Formats: sequence, structure tokens, C-alpha cells
Amino acid sequence: MTLLYSEVEEELRAAVRDLLADRCPPAAVLERAESDAYDPGLWKTLAVEIGVAGLLVPEEHGGAGASAREAAVVLEELGRGVAPVPFLTSAVLATRALLEVRDSAGELLGRLAEGRATAALAVSLAASPYRPGRGSSVTAAEGRLSGTVSGVAGAEVADVLLVPAGGNLYSVDPAAARIEVAPSFDLTRPVATVTFAGAPATRLGAVDLAGVLRYGAGLLASEQLGVAEWCLDTTLAYVRERRQFARPIGSFQAIKHRLADLWLDVVRARAAARAAATDGSALTVAVAQAWNSGVAVHVAEEALQLHGGIGMTWEHPLHLFLKRAKAAEIAFGTPGDHREALASLADVPGPE
Amino acid sequence: MREADLVHEQRLRERVAALLDRHDPGGDRLEWLRARFDAGLAWVWFPEGLGGLGLPRELQQVVEHELAHTPQLDTGVQGIGLGMAAPTILAFGTEEQRRRFLRPLWTGEEIWCQLFSEPGAGSDLATLATRAVRDGDEWVVDGQKVWTSGAHHSRWAILVARTDPAVPKHRGMTYFVCDMHAPGVDVRPLRQITGEAEFNEVFLTGVRLPDDLRLGEVGDGWRVAQTTLMNERVAIGGAPVRQGGGMAGAVLDTWRAHPELRTHDLHQRLLALWVEAEVTRLSGARLREQLAAGQPGPEGSGMKLSFARLNQALSGLDVELRRELGYDDWTFRRSDTVDFYGRGPGYRYLRAKGNSIEGGTSEILRNIIAERVLGLPAEPRADKDVPWKDLPR
Ligand SMILES: Cc1cc2nc3c(=O)[nH]c(=O)nc-3n(C[C@H](O)[C@H](O)[C@H](O)COP(=O)(O)OP(=O)(O)OC[C@H]3O[C@@H](n4cnc5c(N)ncnc54)[C@H](O)[C@@H]3O)c2cc1C
Repeated sequence: MTLLYSEVEEELRAAVRDLLADRCPPAAVLERAESDAYDPGLWKTLAVEIGVAGLLVPEEHGGAGASAREAAVVLEELGRGVAPVPFLTSAVLATRALLEVRDSAGELLGRLAEGRATAALAVSLAASPYRPGRGSSVTAAEGRLSGTVSGVAGAEVADVLLVPAGGNLYSVDPAAARIEVAPSFDLTRPVATVTFAGAPATRLGAVDLAGVLRYGAGLLASEQLGVAEWCLDTTLAYVRERRQFARPIGSFQAIKHRLADLWLDVVRARAAARAAATDGSALTVAVAQAWNSGVAVHVAEEALQLHGGIGMTWEHPLHLFLKRAKAAEIAFGTPGDHREALASLADVPGPE
Repeated sequence: MREADLVHEQRLRERVAALLDRHDPGGDRLEWLRARFDAGLAWVWFPEGLGGLGLPRELQQVVEHELAHTPQLDTGVQGIGLGMAAPTILAFGTEEQRRRFLRPLWTGEEIWCQLFSEPGAGSDLATLATRAVRDGDEWVVDGQKVWTSGAHHSRWAILVARTDPAVPKHRGMTYFVCDMHAPGVDVRPLRQITGEAEFNEVFLTGVRLPDDLRLGEVGDGWRVAQTTLMNERVAIGGAPVRQGGGMAGAVLDTWRAHPELRTHDLHQRLLALWVEAEVTRLSGARLREQLAAGQPGPEGSGMKLSFARLNQALSGLDVELRRELGYDDWTFRRSDTVDFYGRGPGYRYLRAKGNSIEGGTSEILRNIIAERVLGLPAEPRADKDVPWKDLPR
């Protein structure tokens, strides 16, 4: 197994990066954050022209049949831009769930792959491979769903809701559900509370929700890497320019040493993200999440401190990254949840 | 793996099989190691005739795997030779020097040490004061070195000395191979916090070294030393470990065998360190993939930095976990090797303290990462253009 990037992956990265540089610089994301959050035009281009929506969809359903490694590279770039698009929720999470029931979902997979539709998996971002049902009270009876899911990302822009209930996956027309978006901590990935009151639903088949969430958690590590990288790069650029005491502040050793340590954290986050995207085992995913969640938050916090007063302002985009990092720390299991899981995964049993 | 590598891999396996056909690994150890060197299976990325086959470095693991059950090198005693002297000789040595030194270095017939640090020049290695003065075809060396690991059993040393005091410090140094058996070399033990004497003071008094023991050009010693130091950092921190191996493995063995020692607090800390060990292992594997073709760069400093941190944290946790108040052996001895895992937890805790000092302190490594990897501005330096002899001391 290689932990490096392939040529194809680097090409994909370049395409996504160029588009984001053009269409969604941090200042534009910031401007949008208070109104719509998502950028449907940008998503269309990403989905249709670069083809990211169908990356994980097999070729026979009209997708690219790529592996998690390519999706991971896209997520690194989307993390670097805190890009307001439903890639993680639709093209990764919902798509992964649909692949388990593909016999009854082929047509929908095809629409997702072509970017003609966007789906959201109605699970809480606070659910985890270890507590897949957290945040959901949905039950199914006679082809109808009832109950509530809190903390759902991407629901308000979805054309189809995919709802796990009682071990099965159902599809529901969003018009048949109540989707309430209240202010979210993460401005660029808002979450909604989704309520079903006897909503008509189509049963697609059995789904291993813990497995789907594990897959999402493994790939989220790459997005977290991207967030951390942006924070580190932006801070490096800042400390080279900003002068105090007649020197660039980046020449002060107290600052250099902190940045060297952050770099080392990011280097290790990259290796962890690559490993999780490559093998995707429960153990590698737990390691990547236990590490990368913390690193993204820590680098964002250090970035804020090293920017001084400007880091505290709304105008500077840094807070978008801090908010994304802190929310992503909770998504699909906190670092502590993943460390706890390692007790059995890595055979480090606790006290009796 | 690429197709070319698969071809190499096949060729390597055939070579190993041929070696095993002709030589019995169960016979004389030295004879076996010499045969392995001559077959180009010592370090496959070295050139042919010098113990290698000019192949990509990662293919070495194929050889190690195939020969896992044959006599191995003593990497403890040979560490400096293998990790630092050999790559420097390969990069800067003449053909004659390479042929003379590399084979006995690899087989362990000749042990190497590193005469860099001095009482007045540690982190700031370029201020060193040991003088080498030319006398016809020879150099006469005078000075004092310190913290020289393994000098007491070494046949050769890599040495940096000042050959021109009139130019700024980085420009006036020259790199030599020092004959540790030459008259005027005096090795005195320094007892360490562990009780034993692994390192030494070395006094050099009128030591005569022929000019063909010079490595690189006169005045180019700093550049040659950089090669040694970069390799040193990868050698100290960059060795492959298996998942849950190394110091983490040592703690985990105790942890698993003694449920009565476990507490919730230790459990949480151990899990966090397990994660850190694993991501460090993965990034080491990634770095080695990147390095497969080229020479180690400043990134290697990161490996050493994280290795030191981890080894220290884990060895400290090990002592705490075991609640053992004893120590295995305080008697003063001239250790032949650093038997890290063969000794007790107290020894490991104390010895690991050296990991953030030897081979460049963690502070210096952070400076290197900040300036050479991250491109941050250097701190103002007062000594840059001043001739060495005029520096305040
Ligand atoms: C176990 C062991 C084995 C060794 N083996 C060898 C050997 O075989 N051969 C050999 O040549 N040497 C050897 N050394 C020496 C080692 O390389 C030096 O100890 C090391 O380079 C530090 O130098 P120093 O001890 O003079 O400390 P100093 O350089 O005086 O440093 C003292 C403190 O100041 C800090 N410091 C110094 N400069 C800076 C700076 N610019 N910015 C921030 N902090 C700074 C250091 O990090 C350290 O914390 C060994 C050391 C140990 C501990």
C-alpha cells in the first residue's frame, strides 16, 4: 500500500483547486455564509464538469468507479476552501449508503452521479460508528416514517432524503418532511432538524449504518487535513509578512517552534488520512479520526492566536475554518470516542 | 509496486537464493556477512561493488525479509557507522576510501564513532575549535571532543576540525576520517545518568592523519557534515517499526500481562500515545516512500523530533505503570551497545532523555524545520560574517 498520491489523484486535486480558487475564495465563502450557506452553482460545476458527484458511483451506474482515495483528495481541497457544497453529505455519505442497496437504487445512483440530484442521509453528524442511532428517533411502520433526526447536514439542499430506520434504508421526498435549519455553529455546513410525521417512504433495502458512518469518518479525516493545511499555510504567510519589534514575527523562535510542531502534526495527519482512505479498516479509521480531529482544531486555534487581533474579526475568514474544525471534531465520533474504540481494536484493554 | 520494481524484486530473490546456495548462514558469522556484502545484498541502494546493486532503497526490505533468519548486524554498536559514516563516505569519499572503509564498516569488523561535539561547540557545531594544521602530506590535529558515543571500541571516527581560523566559522572547517588507534588519541569515559559510560571525552594531541583520510575538499567540512547530520536524523528517528512495536510495544506487553496495574487514567494516556505512535509510524513509512530515490532532506528532522517525544513519554508512562522503585544496575561499566529493550524500565526512562539531545536537540530541529522546510526568516545572527578567530568565546 502506498501512502503517496498518484498522478491521477494529483490531476483531480489540481482541477478542484483551480476551480475553488476561481469561484470560491475564502472571502466569497464568508459573504455567502450568512445567507444561503450552500453554493448551488459551484456544486453544479464540481459535480458535472469535474465529475466529483459520481466519483464513488460504479461505472455501470454512470459514475467514475473511483476509490475512496480519490474522494479523499477532493475532500482535502474542499476542506482547504471550507467550500459550501454537499460533497461529503451527498457524494460520499448518501452514495455509500445507496451502494448497499444498489439493486433498488440504481436509477437514483445514476442521477446522483450525473449531478442531476443531490441526496442527504438523514443521520445526525453527532452519530458515530459506535453509536449510529444517536440523534435519531425515526421508526417505520406500514411504509411510513415517523420521528425526528437532529444535526442533519445537507438536508435543506437535498432532492432526496435517505432515512435509516430499523436496519433498513428508506427514500423520502423532502417535501414530505419538515426540515428546520436553525443557526449552526459551523456556518459552512449548517445542520437541520428533520421531522417525519407519517411520511410516505420507499424501502430500498437493509443497510449497515455503522459501516456507512465508518466510511464517512475515514474520509472526513482528509477534509480535516485540508482545513488544518489551510490554517497552517495562511499562518505561515502571515508571520512572514507581519512585523513587530522591527522584525517579521516569524523570525521569533517562540513562534517558529510552534509552527514547526504544527507542521509535524499536519505531516502525521496526512499519513493518517492517506491510510484511512486506502485501507478503511475500523482501526485505521479510528486512528485517523482520533488524530486528525484534534489536529484540525489545534492548528485552527493556534492560527487564530498567531494572527493576533485580526484573527478575532469577522472579516478574516479564519473563523470559518475554526468553526468547521470544531464541528467536525464532533462529527462521526469525537476523538475520545475513537480512542475508546481502539481499546478493543488495538487490544489495549481497560481496567477490569 | 511498479513493473520495474517487480522485475528487481524477482532478481533480488534469485540473488538471495544464490547466496544461500553458496554460503551457510549457520557457519562463521563474519564469513557470512562478508559474502552477503560481496553479493550486493548489504544495502541494495549502494553502488555495485560497494555492498549494493544500485537499486531503489525500498527494495532493501525484500532482502531483509528473505534473510531474516540469518546472522544480523549489531545495529546498536554499528549505529554511527551505518547511519552516518557510510552515507557520508559514499557521498564524498574517493573510490579508494569507499573501497577501504565500507566493507569492514558494514560487517562490523571496524566500529565507527563521531567526533563532532566539543565542550564549547554543541548545538553551534560550526564554532568548533579542534585544529587541523597541514604538514606536508599529513594533518596534525589538536583539540578536545566530548560526548563521543562508543569511542572506546571504535577503530575509526568521522571528525570535523578547523583548518582556517581566519574565515567565518562555517567556511573554515574540513572533514576527516580519524584513526582512533593513532598516537595522541586519548579516550576517557564519561559516566552517564544511567550509571554506565556509553560516551566519552576524546583528547586529540598532535594526532597525525595522512591527507588521504580527508573527506571532501579543504574548507568544505560544513557541507560534508550536513550530509552526516541529515542522515543521522533519519537514522535516529526514521527506522521502520511495526504497528504497536518499539517503545509502545514494550509498554503494551506489560499492560496486557498485568491487568492489576491498569488504571483509567493510565488507560486514557496509553490510548492517546498509541494513536500518536501509529500516526508517527505511518508518516515514517510515507517519508521512506518519498526518500526511496533521493537523499534525506530537512524533513527527516521531523521524524527524529516525534520519535524523541514519543519514546520519552512512553518510557515515562512505563515506569509509572509498573510502580517499580528499583533499578536494574547502577554499576559503572563501559557498555558495548545501547541495550535499550534488554534493560529495565528505569534505564529506558533515563536513556530516552538523550533522544532529544543527541544528534541535534529538539530545539535545533524545530529551528531547522521552521527555516528550511517552512521557509520562515532566520533569527538575526551576529556571527555570520565574522572570522572565527574574532568571535567572542
Ligand atoms: C547520549 C548522547 C550521545 C551523544 N553522542 C555523540 C557522539 O557520538 N558524537 C558527538 O559528536 N556528539 C554526541 N552527542 C552530543 C550532542 O550532539 C550534543 O549534546 C548536542 O548537539 C547538544 O549540544 P550541547 O550538549 O553542547 O548543548 P547546547 O548546545 O549547549 O544546548 C543546551 C540547551 O540550549 C538549547 N539551545 C542551544 N542552541 C539553541 C538555539 N539556537 N535555539 C534554541 N535553543 C538552543 C539546546 O536545545 C539545549 O536545550 C551525544 C549526546 C548525547 C546526549
